[in-house]
Amino acid sequence: MVQYETTRLDASFAALSDATRRGVLEQLGRSDASITELADKFHMTLTGMKKHVGVLERAGFVTTQKVGRVRTCRLGLRRLEEEAAWIESYRQVWAARFDALDEVVEQLKRREKIDG
Amino acid sequence: MDNRTNIERTSERELVVTRTFNGPARIVFEAWTKPELFMRWWAPKSMGVPILSCEMDVRTGGTYRLAFGQDAATSFAFFGKYLEVTPPSRLVWTNDETEDAAVTTVTFEEKDGQTLLVLHELYPSKEALEANRGAEDGLPEQFGQLDELLATLTASA
Repeated sequence: MVQYETTRLDASFAALSDATRRGVLEQLGRSDASITELADKFHMTLTGMKKHVGVLERAGFVTTQKVGRVRTCRLGLRRLEEEAAWIESYRQVWAARFDALDEVVEQLKRREKIDG
Repeated sequence: MDNRTNIERTSERELVVTRTFNGPARIVFEAWTKPELFMRWWAPKSMGVPILSCEMDVRTGGTYRLAFGQDAATSFAFFGKYLEVTPPSRLVWTNDETEDAAVTTVTFEEKDGQTLLVLHELYPSKEALEANRGAEDGLPEQFGQLDELLATLTASA
């Protein structure tokens, strides 16, 4: 069953709460990129992009590797967490449906009582 | 009564959702098989997309078609065929809108006036199940889902 570690979840949501960081993940989903390339792409300073990548890295969304003078960023290995989040969102769809279905069932039961 | 909705990935190709309802199986089954009832719960407001129309020919070999959207121009449809209809205990249908879609089996098991509902989705492959979450080229969609989750967690905090 799906269980989250709260602090981990907090870090994930904090990391994803920023539009630039979501954009960076989307970009890295297409291809790995250096911090310089990401800074250019998002019209930011190198320092600003380093901070964003740092947040994503601490949350486990991104890993970085320095080769020579270039730090390359790629998507982190979060498949399990991704799956947990995906399954949780799917569960919530069903939970919402079934709460609505409860009401329909209650109404049908009342109708049966009236009709005898 | 425990009315929590549980979900479990039971294999690479299977998802199982379980939920108990406070009513007899014939009533729960009716709510799954009459369009006017089905439309009242399948797309609750929190999902954000209303059902436009619902046609169901609920018998073995019969077809169904569900249209969602704000209006006809933006609508999209889900459709398929009932492989098995056994009132009030079992429904099996295909989802034919894509090749990757699941075969869905719903069973209704009544005990002491309550009904345990088990919904089982069998995908053609592991990849098909995982494509359903939009992970391949759908990162933004996934973030949308995470955002929804966040909103829900915040609201309930």
